Amino acid sequence: MAFLALERVSKHYGAMAAVDDAALTIEKGEFVSLLGPSGCGKTTTLQMIAGLVEPSAGRIVLDGRDITNEKPNRRGLGVVFQSYALFPHMTVAENVTFGLEMRRVPRSERIERVREMLALVQLSVFADRYPREMSGGQRQRVAIARALVIAPPVLLLDEPLSNLDAKLREEMQFELRRIQRKVGTTTIMVTHDQAEALSISDRVVVMEQGRMTQVDAPYRLYEQPSNAFIASFVGKTNLIAGVWRRDGMAGAVDIGGIRLEAPSADFPAGTPVTLSIRPEKILLRKAGEGQLDGRIASRFFLGSQWLFTLETPIGTITVSIPNQGEEPPAEGATVGLDWSPASLRVIASAMAHPGGGTA
Amino acid sequence: MISRPSSRSSSPWLLAGPGALFFAGMILLPLALTVILSFRVYDHATGIKDAYTLSHYIAVVTDEYYLGIFWRTLRVAAMTTLICAVIGAPEAYILARMRNPWRSIFLLVIIGPLLVSVVVRAFGWSMLLGSQGLVNQALQLVGLSPVRLLYTETAIVIALVHVMLPFMVIPIWTALQKLDPMVEAAAWSLGASRFTALRRVVLPQVSLGMLSGCLIVFGLSASAFAIPGLLGGRRLKMAATLVYDEYLHELNWPLGAAIAIIVLVANLLIMLAYNRMVETRARRMLG
Amino acid sequence: MQKNGPLALLFHGLVVAFVLAPLVIICLVAFTPENTLSLPTGGVSLRWFKAVFAHPDFVASFWNSIWLATLSATLAVAFAVPAGLAISRFTFAGRDALNALFLSPLIIPHLVLGVAFLRLFALVGATGSFSWLVATHIVIVTPYVLRLVLAALSGLDRSAEQAALTLGASSWTTFRRITAPMILPGITGGWLLAFINSFDELTMSIFVTAPATVTLPVRMYMYATESIDPMMAAVSALMIALTAAAMLVLDRAFGLDKILVGQR
Repeated sequence: MAFLALERVSKHYGAMAAVDDAALTIEKGEFVSLLGPSGCGKTTTLQMIAGLVEPSAGRIVLDGRDITNEKPNRRGLGVVFQSYALFPHMTVAENVTFGLEMRRVPRSERIERVREMLALVQLSVFADRYPREMSGGQRQRVAIARALVIAPPVLLLDEPLSNLDAKLREEMQFELRRIQRKVGTTTIMVTHDQAEALSISDRVVVMEQGRMTQVDAPYRLYEQPSNAFIASFVGKTNLIAGVWRRDGMAGAVDIGGIRLEAPSADFPAGTPVTLSIRPEKILLRKAGEGQLDGRIASRFFLGSQWLFTLETPIGTITVSIPNQGEEPPAEGATVGLDWSPASLRVIASAMAHPGGGTA
Repeated sequence: MISRPSSRSSSPWLLAGPGALFFAGMILLPLALTVILSFRVYDHATGIKDAYTLSHYIAVVTDEYYLGIFWRTLRVAAMTTLICAVIGAPEAYILARMRNPWRSIFLLVIIGPLLVSVVVRAFGWSMLLGSQGLVNQALQLVGLSPVRLLYTETAIVIALVHVMLPFMVIPIWTALQKLDPMVEAAAWSLGASRFTALRRVVLPQVSLGMLSGCLIVFGLSASAFAIPGLLGGRRLKMAATLVYDEYLHELNWPLGAAIAIIVLVANLLIMLAYNRMVETRARRMLG
Repeated sequence: MQKNGPLALLFHGLVVAFVLAPLVIICLVAFTPENTLSLPTGGVSLRWFKAVFAHPDFVASFWNSIWLATLSATLAVAFAVPAGLAISRFTFAGRDALNALFLSPLIIPHLVLGVAFLRLFALVGATGSFSWLVATHIVIVTPYVLRLVLAALSGLDRSAEQAALTLGASSWTTFRRITAPMILPGITGGWLLAFINSFDELTMSIFVTAPATVTLPVRMYMYATESIDPMMAAVSALMIALTAAAMLVLDRAFGLDKILVGQR
């Protein structure tokens, strides 16, 4: 049985549905991310789990107990806020001990647990500092310690890394995962950063306009996006509009008269579809040796890789190739594009973004 | 105290209820009683009667004596407002261009007197402007004949400007604080002279602050009591001192109430007009 | 930023002189040994300060004003904090009206309030009552506190309160342990501003004070209209000193410009 379950949960503000019919089950010890652009309802979902927002419909069940209408201060969940929400007038130790005080934990035990928790987040020497005397990354860890010290059944993280600079963000991703592995707390994280979601989660929930559109392990989400939005939101991709054809057992797609071989899919012939192919799955060969020829319109050097924009008969295609230490073809050159048909994804066009192209 | 935003509850009324009742009882009720009082018949021999009349209002708007006092009140308030604007706007601009610590120190000097009791300041001016005061001594020193200042409208205006100046400086200062210091430099870089930059770029952005300052100063000057009371003497009355006299010397409360209500309505009209103006302007600027 | 030119500095100097002149002259005249209002050219004397403290009316009025300001500022805080919470934390029918009611004493001339209170006092027989005088001052100073409390609440990170809730604190505990300490600077600043405004109030008080409850500004006004001797300067100098002290505290703690912006 699921540890935490959202059963058809919705939140309406007037006629607007911030969260629409969300269903999700989470196992004990799992790290799940809610991923989506701003305004997709991911934070509202988190706040409903925390009890800070009342659902308009549906049930939230924690470990077999219906907590839908329980007050936030009775749920006992750990929450890390986007702004960290540290108490500015209390020291680090006082911040961390607050939740234990509310639970009437005896003083000696409180001191011990706070000490352990500060050691876990590597802040032992800062116990008597005030939040304003600490850096962003340190405050972040205080917020995590404060949420974890009450040994919550579920830890909720609202964009926990968004206020940190890029380098620190990367470090904290691993730190967060290390802490979560160590204490084994079931964790739900809200983020708009797909790289963050992919790198630390066991599963990722993609939300669009209040709906959960795909729930999958990071690798599967990347390789098998269920619609064009997810394909372009999670990682980079080339989206090409075409028409589905049958070609014996395998499938094929017509793009303005050019026929490309594709993995078999369950569409009637003649259905408009969108092809998705990741830039790194395309190889550059000599002209005439690939499936298509294209002219290099621009070339950018990114250090670890090269990024190309090519003009081809099926539209503008983005290609990235790893930097192998040799200079690749220059702008203006004509090259061949090649890929394995298995790396193409065929998506029903109704969901595709208007215009297609590279997203 | 802390509630989930969606929850509907009686908490706000539990929190604000006692205060709201107290304020209703202490503001709305006395004001209503005063409005009623202003329509009551008054007899010099027997006092307030149970009958109602419009005669107090009619007296106030027809009697030369009262009209004279109203005109003086408007004249003095308008003069004060004008001088405050002429002094306050450049002063706020100069303050804004100062460097710390001078900026903080002089801001404190200019707006700090706001917290000194108005009686104290009126008394200070009565010493400065008296027939043997510092101003006249200085005039004699440079060979001019002494002038009568105390108990004139000039004295009232001078002291009112002193009391009201902070109310003019504060909103203009606030507007200037919101101004990007580089816009003026941008205007210069486009070939504007310093004066043109001030007039075309700075002034339009602080005009709302100036307007707000003018209305506050005008409203407060028109209902000022201590300054005309101490510097205008017994004969040079303004609206507030007139009300005081009607209440505490003439004991004609209904007439005093009528004048007070006129002062209140005039004040509220000014505020209303101001709010309307700010709203229209905000709407225009937001598109 | 461009520096001020010599002309601007001259103008500024004149304005500062104008602003300080009456206050400086009071402080000088207060030390005169003469019987008339004159500058202490022939030596300095404290005789008029001694005269103030020996004058029973002034001393009684001073204590009246101190008690009045302390009580009304404190009770204004008691009204303004819950009202501020209600206004900033809830959306409910009548919220704007409530806000307008609480702030209305700022736009009603004190003269009109004085007249209105006098009528109320006459009808309920409250003339000469100190408690009723306190009530009138609460009305006048509550808006100052409310404005600072509202500003403090709107500048507050609400997620700190939500964090306390998720950690198991009750609403009351959250207010006591988190919200109140965080808005304390606003409350303290509001209290001080309320105290000063109550202590200085003349126009409204002159209508509602009775001989037993006369406040210091009212006493000074009466005294100044009847006699002119340097004792008035001595009282004034004391009030200036008191205000300057309060002002320095306010400025150090909160920044006076922030507190006074919009005050009237």
